[in-house]
Amino acid sequence: MGQVTLRGVSKHYGTVEAVRDFDLKVMDREFLVLLGPSGCGKSTVLRIIAGLEDPDEGTVEIGDRVVNDVEPKDRNIAMVFQNYALYPHMTVHRNIDFPLKCRGMPKPERDGLVAEAAESLGLTPLLDRRPAQLSGGQRQRVALARAIVRRPEVFLMDEPLSNLDAKLRVQTRTELIELQRRLATTVVYVTHDQIEGMTMANRLAVMNEGALEQVAPPSEVYAHPASLFVAQFIGNPPMNTVIGKPARVDGELGIETSGGQIPLTPGQCQAVEASSAESVAVGMRPERITIASSGPLPATVAVVESLGSEHHVICRLADDQEVVVRLGTDVPVPKEGARVHLGFEAGHLHLFDAATGDRIGL
Amino acid sequence: MLIFAVFVFYPFARNIYLSMYSTPPFPNLPSQFVGLSQYGQVLVSHNFLNSLWVTALFVVYTVPAGLVLGLLLALLAHQKLRGIRAFRTVFASPVATSVAVASVIFFTLLNPQVGLFTYWLGQQDQLSVLDNPTWALVAVSVVTIWQNVGLAFILMSAGLQAVPDELLEACEIDGAKRWARLRHVILPLLSPTIFFAVVVGTILSLQSFGQIDLLTQGGPLQRTNLLVYNIYDQVFNQNNAGRAAVMAIALFWITLVLALIQIRLLERRVTYAN
Ligand SMILES: Nc1ncnc2c1ncn2[C@@H]1O[C@H](COP(=O)(O)OP(=O)(O)OP(=O)(O)O)[C@@H](O)[C@H]1O
Ligand SMILES: [Mg+2]
Repeated sequence: MGQVTLRGVSKHYGTVEAVRDFDLKVMDREFLVLLGPSGCGKSTVLRIIAGLEDPDEGTVEIGDRVVNDVEPKDRNIAMVFQNYALYPHMTVHRNIDFPLKCRGMPKPERDGLVAEAAESLGLTPLLDRRPAQLSGGQRQRVALARAIVRRPEVFLMDEPLSNLDAKLRVQTRTELIELQRRLATTVVYVTHDQIEGMTMANRLAVMNEGALEQVAPPSEVYAHPASLFVAQFIGNPPMNTVIGKPARVDGELGIETSGGQIPLTPGQCQAVEASSAESVAVGMRPERITIASSGPLPATVAVVESLGSEHHVICRLADDQEVVVRLGTDVPVPKEGARVHLGFEAGHLHLFDAATGDRIGL
Repeated sequence: MLIFAVFVFYPFARNIYLSMYSTPPFPNLPSQFVGLSQYGQVLVSHNFLNSLWVTALFVVYTVPAGLVLGLLLALLAHQKLRGIRAFRTVFASPVATSVAVASVIFFTLLNPQVGLFTYWLGQQDQLSVLDNPTWALVAVSVVTIWQNVGLAFILMSAGLQAVPDELLEACEIDGAKRWARLRHVILPLLSPTIFFAVVVGTILSLQSFGQIDLLTQGGPLQRTNLLVYNIYDQVFNQNNAGRAAVMAIALFWITLVLALIQIRLLERRVTYAN
């Protein structure tokens, strides 16, 4: 079975802690996306699973066995590298054939498998070309073919789409998902592109500075980010955050910011009290904010960006903090310089302890 | 351009001029224009043919061996091992050693009375290998190989550095064993470097002079009389600039033709469009 389990894995290079105390279970046949900013250790995690890097601590399991001491070639994995790592002196056919040949498979059998893999990725007319004679997208498919030809249990992919142009990237995204469903294999997919993560993943594993922040389905990560980092990392335009202190006005607990008092739901009040956070970061998704003539947060409209299908209204609060509001084309858009009030449903706010970044409440 | 003219074109022209005059047996007699007839004489002379044969052997002894050793050392040094830096310096050090120093070192090592090598080989107080007609060329070749390994090592190391790590990792995942990886991935990717090293190594070998001058002076029985040394010998010991000029022109053509053949032959095997 193709599940992958990391237990207490850590790895450092010199003084850099690339991966810290990492626990992750990837289910059989799951498409798991490791998402995080550049340098957060995603590639390192993938390379540890592949066996290209030894963890300092912890165990790696693939299927039902611990593979810490198993060579990469015997782990029953295949990897697609960011730059594809095709052998430049071999034809497409030989590139796809190479892993089979290395395993000593007889030629007739190999030829059948290569033809099949090439066919499924539309590479048949290109079999006699060399990588230098292919476009980026074609190279990418050769790399995929080389990976699938062995029928591994687990595919590891390190930013496989990052070298493609925007249009091809979108198209290949879909193809990759279809391929994964068809082959019914487990995929661990590394990217720093949140759109790839959101659209492709069964579950997202969001990383920051070598540690896991949250592992959950994309919708869950978006709706209930587990930390301030995840909240700000996922979503475009990113979530607005306003920092304030819990305070009572007329007996009602709210978050007092220098731009105004933000009211809370009873559940949130309880959670804030229970958390004993001194300073609270209030997160508001841009599409959850309304612009009206009255409301809790007075603001001035600084800039209006029109994207055709939507408008981004950048507002400035009384204390100069910026808040971005996303409006559809069906609502009136305020003029730049207008004085407005921002409103929102308390239930759609996200609260975090500003000191630790932990989520407060559900 | 002027510098080029003075140091390249003039000697070249002068050499062609010289090659058409026979040098008289006694100094002070005027040299005589003989045109191309001197070429015929020299090119079939025993002295020249012997030199040609010895030089060919010398190239065959030194170039492949130097290359293979350099490649092996480079592969060894490319491993990610502790303390590998020190090794790299040691391997590359022969390049920094001048021909003269290398020759003196080996001359001493091969000395019949005090030489370490002769001691190890149990040949103390016998004739030095450098005076042994059978082994002298081999001995000189060994010194040359030792000298050239450093250069081959540096070239091969640079070539190996240029092989992307990702490819080697792909090999690891694809399951290529050491030998398969070397044969199917590393060597093909290294082939432009190897090709370059073969051409340069051949040219260097053809031009070897210092070690002959210091170790054997072309002896014993002319068995180490390489072309360049022979040319030098003709001019400075035999006083025959005419013969020397003919041989120099022959050497020029041999070098050029060899290099061209190598480029033709090898280019076909090493190109993979990039
Ligand atoms: N071989 C190495 N030697 C030293 N430091 C390394 C090495 N490989 C990675 N690092 C460091 O480990 C950290 C994590 O690197 P990693 O390549 O895993 O990041 P990443 O999340 O894949 O980033 P990116 O999105 O830019 O590829 C980085 O700070 C990096 O500098
Ligand atoms: Mg990376």
